[in-house]
Amino acid sequence: MSVQDIFGSLFTFEDYGELVALLTNSLIAAGLLGVVGGLISVFVMARDIPFAVHGISELSFAGAAFALLVGFDVVSGSIIGSIIAALIIGIGGARASEKNAIIGVLMPFGLGLAILFLALYDGRAASKFGLLTGQIVAITPGQITTLVVCSLVVLLVLAVIWRPLMFASLDPEVARAKGVPVSVLTVVFMLTLGLAVALSVQVVGVLLVLALLITPAAAATQLSASPVWVPVLSVIFAVTSSVGGILIALGSPVVPISPFVTTISFLIYLVCRLVGQRRMKHLHRRRTARAADEHEKTVSPA
Amino acid sequence: MGNDSTVSTDPSPPVISLRDAELRFGDRVLWHDLDLDVEPGEFIAVLGPNGTGKTSLLKVLLGQHSLSTGSARINGKNVHTGNSAIGYIPQQRGIDQHTPMRGRDLVRMGIDGHRWGPGRLSRVRRRKVDELLAAVGAADYADAPAGTLSGGELQRLRVAQALANDPSVLLCDEPLLSLDLHHQNVVAGLLHDQRVKRNTSVVFVTHEINPILPYVDRVLYIVGGHFLVGTTAEVMTSASLTSLYGSPVEVVRVGGRLIVVGGEAECVDHHIHDDDSTVERGAI
Repeated sequence: MSVQDIFGSLFTFEDYGELVALLTNSLIAAGLLGVVGGLISVFVMARDIPFAVHGISELSFAGAAFALLVGFDVVSGSIIGSIIAALIIGIGGARASEKNAIIGVLMPFGLGLAILFLALYDGRAASKFGLLTGQIVAITPGQITTLVVCSLVVLLVLAVIWRPLMFASLDPEVARAKGVPVSVLTVVFMLTLGLAVALSVQVVGVLLVLALLITPAAAATQLSASPVWVPVLSVIFAVTSSVGGILIALGSPVVPISPFVTTISFLIYLVCRLVGQRRMKHLHRRRTARAADEHEKTVSPA
Repeated sequence: MGNDSTVSTDPSPPVISLRDAELRFGDRVLWHDLDLDVEPGEFIAVLGPNGTGKTSLLKVLLGQHSLSTGSARINGKNVHTGNSAIGYIPQQRGIDQHTPMRGRDLVRMGIDGHRWGPGRLSRVRRRKVDELLAAVGAADYADAPAGTLSGGELQRLRVAQALANDPSVLLCDEPLLSLDLHHQNVVAGLLHDQRVKRNTSVVFVTHEINPILPYVDRVLYIVGGHFLVGTTAEVMTSASLTSLYGSPVEVVRVGGRLIVVGGEAECVDHHIHDDDSTVERGAI
């Protein structure tokens, strides 16, 4: 089979215009999730908790699998699962090491539960697979409404707590001294993160949530440290990945959306990383120059 | 023992006022019967071995720990969290180079980081940040990511951040830790300049009195629940510290520096790991 054949079997782009029209709702939902993911990932980076995202997504998976088994709404199931996980992680450990241990303990338990529920479920296999790899195209209009409402809730909460949450994430001691309710904000943020994870699971699936909730800000922080530019770039990167992934996947009858989303996300990171390396070199040279200046001043006072 | 006996004749009320203050964790008393008035613009050093409750004293003033007995007031009001009369400089922590925060953002958070909402760009606030940056000589690297700054540069920003809301008192928790000698002197001098300009009191928790020796008005020396308050000349003597530690301690003056020899044995008994993370070095 030649490369051309493989490409031909992966992509057809037949009736592309009609498909896009059919999936307008899915595209809107994916764009909204991109905005949510881009913003949340800024705090995931600022707080250095990518591992928590992964932990929550596995319990989200267990919740969705359970919902599938008992015939409950899958989106609601995954939201409940990830919120329970987010609460346990948020309240559980004060120190980072403790948190990581709790996540490490939760993760296999959640995954084990999910496998159990899926083993007991005797419905369509595609539904099972959809949980792992994303299923936004197959989502019902009712579920899309849930996604949109939850996304708006996340955005609203973020808008209200943005400044103190940033303060508490970047500089917790001084934030606490200034009267910022650091512990309360941690729990509120973990709940918001839980919701965002559950929503993103619908697009990219359990295994690939990191592509929407970590990579965008990880790429943005390579380019800037500005509190305005990092969220803006992060949102652009996340929306490009989520919407772009769907648009490309529509041309393919066999490949699900998630590989495209993760590939776009990865490529963006790669480019940012290369640019960021040059930027860091420059910044370190500047620091060395400042140190040399200062040394000169102290040695020969003007 | 060691109560501060000087009665203030200054008409301006004390910025900090501790009365019969006692702090205990469970059945462990960190210090008790502490009476202390800190006057406006006064620079007071808090010394003592690890785990004697130096950092905890700051937490009491910040309203984060409650006294078991006695009272603690700032500007005549009982201590409480989120007190805008306080500027706080915490122990230094490393910052990752990709942390989304520039030097100026650290200072800006001192102004309005605690307020709700996303915050708007404001010219007034930006001017205020620029003024603070200029005051501590940090304008050069204001836009560099905080994670790429040196320890000395970061501490200048910390001073600017703490001064952001024109506080009446600066609480400093080992702000010179992990700085080289040159930068210890630079940052100490900067703190002194600013407190003189703004008449801000400074409570300075430290292991190392020498960089701040020229500026210190009084010393609060805590050892195992006991303490001494007084001028450097009164407290930092062999006789005073020997009676405070209850074991022979010698204070030697060498080339304008104070070296404290001995006194380590005492602090082992009273070692409580609260917030102090550094290893006691014997010489203070």
